[in-house]
Amino acid sequence: MIAYLPHTEEDIKTMLVAAGINDIEQLFADIPRELVLSKPLEIPEGLSEFEVYRRMQALAAGNRVEPVSFLGCGSYQHIIPSAVAHVLSRSEFSTSYTPYQAEMSQGILQGIFEFQTMICELTGMEVANASLYDGHTAASEAAVLALNSVRHSDTILYSSTLHPFTRQVLKTHFSNLPVHLEEVPADNGTTDLEQLVERLRPGVAGVVLQSPNNLGYIEDLSGLADRVHENGSLLIVSANPLSLGLLKSPGEWGADIAVGDTQPLGLPSYFGGPSVGYITATEKLLRKMPGRIAGQSLDREGTRAFLLTLQAREQHIKRERATSNICSNQALAALATTVYLASLGRRGIREVAEQNLHKAHYLHGRLLKETPVLALHNRQFFNEFPVVLPKKVAEVLSGMEESGFFAGVELHCLDPLMPEEALLIAVTERRTREEMDRYVEAMKEALS
Amino acid sequence: MSEKNNPLIFELSKPGRRGYRLPDLDVPAGELSSLLDPGLLREREPKLPEVSEIDVIRHYTALSRRNYGVDLGFYPLGSCTMKYNPKINEQVAAFEAFQQLHPLQPESCAQGTLALMHELLRQLSEVTGMSWGTLQPFAGAHGEFTGMKLFKACFQKRGESGRTKVLVPDSAHGTNPASAHLAGFEVVEVHSDSRGLVSLESLKEHLDETLAGIMMTNPNTLGLFEEDILEISRAIHDVGGLLYYDGANLNAIVGKVRPGDMGFDVVHLNLHKTFSTPHGGGGPGCGPVLVSETLLPFLPVPDVVKRGDGYHLENNRPDSIGRLSGFYGNVAVMVRAYAYLLAMGRDGLARVGELAVLNANYLKERLKDSYELPYDRLCKHEFVLSARGLKEKLGVTALDVAKRLLDFGIHPPTVYFPLIVQEALMIEPTETESLEVLDRFVQVMKTIAREAAESPETLKQAPTSTPVRRIDEVLAARKPIVRWHPEEQS
Repeated sequence: MIAYLPHTEEDIKTMLVAAGINDIEQLFADIPRELVLSKPLEIPEGLSEFEVYRRMQALAAGNRVEPVSFLGCGSYQHIIPSAVAHVLSRSEFSTSYTPYQAEMSQGILQGIFEFQTMICELTGMEVANASLYDGHTAASEAAVLALNSVRHSDTILYSSTLHPFTRQVLKTHFSNLPVHLEEVPADNGTTDLEQLVERLRPGVAGVVLQSPNNLGYIEDLSGLADRVHENGSLLIVSANPLSLGLLKSPGEWGADIAVGDTQPLGLPSYFGGPSVGYITATEKLLRKMPGRIAGQSLDREGTRAFLLTLQAREQHIKRERATSNICSNQALAALATTVYLASLGRRGIREVAEQNLHKAHYLHGRLLKETPVLALHNRQFFNEFPVVLPKKVAEVLSGMEESGFFAGVELHCLDPLMPEEALLIAVTERRTREEMDRYVEAMKEALS
Repeated sequence: MSEKNNPLIFELSKPGRRGYRLPDLDVPAGELSSLLDPGLLREREPKLPEVSEIDVIRHYTALSRRNYGVDLGFYPLGSCTMKYNPKINEQVAAFEAFQQLHPLQPESCAQGTLALMHELLRQLSEVTGMSWGTLQPFAGAHGEFTGMKLFKACFQKRGESGRTKVLVPDSAHGTNPASAHLAGFEVVEVHSDSRGLVSLESLKEHLDETLAGIMMTNPNTLGLFEEDILEISRAIHDVGGLLYYDGANLNAIVGKVRPGDMGFDVVHLNLHKTFSTPHGGGGPGCGPVLVSETLLPFLPVPDVVKRGDGYHLENNRPDSIGRLSGFYGNVAVMVRAYAYLLAMGRDGLARVGELAVLNANYLKERLKDSYELPYDRLCKHEFVLSARGLKEKLGVTALDVAKRLLDFGIHPPTVYFPLIVQEALMIEPTETESLEVLDRFVQVMKTIAREAAESPETLKQAPTSTPVRRIDEVLAARKPIVRWHPEEQS
């Protein structure tokens, strides 16, 4: 008996008769005999709900999440208001499909419209889409958008201070395609803007930078947009949206496209997913944007109503000429971000960003003053920063773990060009002063 | 459902309200200007709403009541497999030890999730008859893109870069040609024959050294099993091409037949279809890709491997197409799908295909007198009706039929797809719907057919019972409004 299947034996008989079929096997009579499985799959027998629960509990017990975490590098442990999980548990949202039937999907459509508005506000841009997969794939989509928008272009310049996984995803995306990806080096932890400007030339579709960058440093993009635009290219800025509660927005830097990941806004780390890729842009790029877009219109009676708009860009209409192949996105996770931003609000987002800044600087100050740890560079940062330990990070992590801490991310593991002594430490508003004080003591001990 | 015009959250905003209280800052707050150059700070404040917690909850609860999901009723949306989403899956997916796991924490502290991913991949490989795969793709289309990258990598390794052409049947999902094109292939359409199946003659025109392969959905989007699949796969392989399986329709054959046994080299699955994870209003999904032995070296990194008693994320794959997503994909979706596999087991899975096909054939037979059935033969998990007759005789379109269904509280079928059927209504009931639900649907569809003849205006006016009436799409596209603007605040 399987609780998810409602058919009684009698139902099955009734239906077979109505369908003019003798038995279940006859339903598969159109399949070549040699293809039909003759032995059971090597999958265990099914379980009751309670047994499933116990089995999943046992698996979950194989994870350790108790240590106090200073891990970041693209995924962060922030405080999430209860309202977020509550709204997401409404199965009118979670069990719905993409809102193609707009009249019975006004709820999710309006939610997407609100998401688009909030993300535009945070990034200082004019238009947004409903979501992309994650911040890393969003950077690739932005590069495609630039290539499709700048005539006779075939080159994307990107900074070596992009998250290493963003760089890897870009390379995967454009491998075997007639597109040049060119990495611009860093100077002392941030993008070497002189080198970048020197490389601007005809054919460059876009320039991709990230701020705060892969080391947590804030990139100063003053004057860059003008230089990029003079070349006829587009400026693409990837930004942690939480930092934008405080930091200059991509729009204020003059970006044409902003991308990033809204995981810090209301989503747990969940081993990396789901998060939400966002993309916002200037209005003139709207008709070349990838993915779904919610729009506002009127119904027959003149009532404001929402629907998926500009669908002529999309794969189900345009097929191979679509602006992207994306179909399913991260809608429900985007709703989490929407509820998060509604809860925090105008002042809350500023406050949470400031708390991140202050707490990260508190720990940074104590570590540099009281332990043999050094700053990797002397750069301004938001809520994470890299330090150099007097020994290899790998030799320190397990001791810190025994003291109850995930001490940070070993940068060498993600980017072999990074020294083996470099540790990236993230501090969010969730960390307390007491936890940070203990962290400092544990670090002293681990390094002694 | 609730009142007509629902305010935007921004329109509820009142300066000074807060919906969440953070803990007080417990470290000294230095002067901002001593920490950051003023030039790095934003000048214009983001215009986020200012609302209290009760405003947030009432607002989004009101929105939820203006939305329709599987938990509210029948959802026979073709090619989307809107089956019931078991609640135990939600409960276990919410476990703190799954949710709080950081993607870069030590592997030794992530063994539970890694074991789950490894076993899920093993079971999915078994279900599809493939060797191994990746769980990284975020959705079906992302899986397709992955598959096309695998094709490219394989041909590059073989020194066959002249293979530039990917065949896509005219009945295929729109993502297929888009994904192949995006990966740098030239898309060539293959026609369907009078049976609604891939035309072998049309196929044979393209069998040459420029062929990379074919993307197929089997059963196809007409709900018909591609009976010639063995001949097709032999023909493609004989000229050195590869076969890609779009798993959107796997629900029809899960536990009965395997794409690997049909000769497919790459398979993508939609965990949010066949494996019961909720669609979430358009995502997050999960589009695992499984491959035959030939393509194993090219799988994306990292790979989930078992070493001794432990699980490990392996990056050392010199021929890999590389990394597809920032971390490892939509892990929360994988957790739900694994819980589903545990509950169903091998017997349950075999039952899924059987009952999904039974439900579809039952509906098809009961509805074919009221609507045209262009391909009248045994179907699999779905079938396609046509409202062409209604349109010609009565001026009533498939869209009108769909909109009228809303008034009966039923989500309409997929309309105007596949493209090879005019006025298409593509119906997929799934195995989780009972005889009573199907019978009510039949009754409603027959009522609508009758209304079309007797009072077509009823259909033209539909829907009338939804929060809003039919929406002006042209207006929306001509003057796009894709965000709220503060100055529009009344």
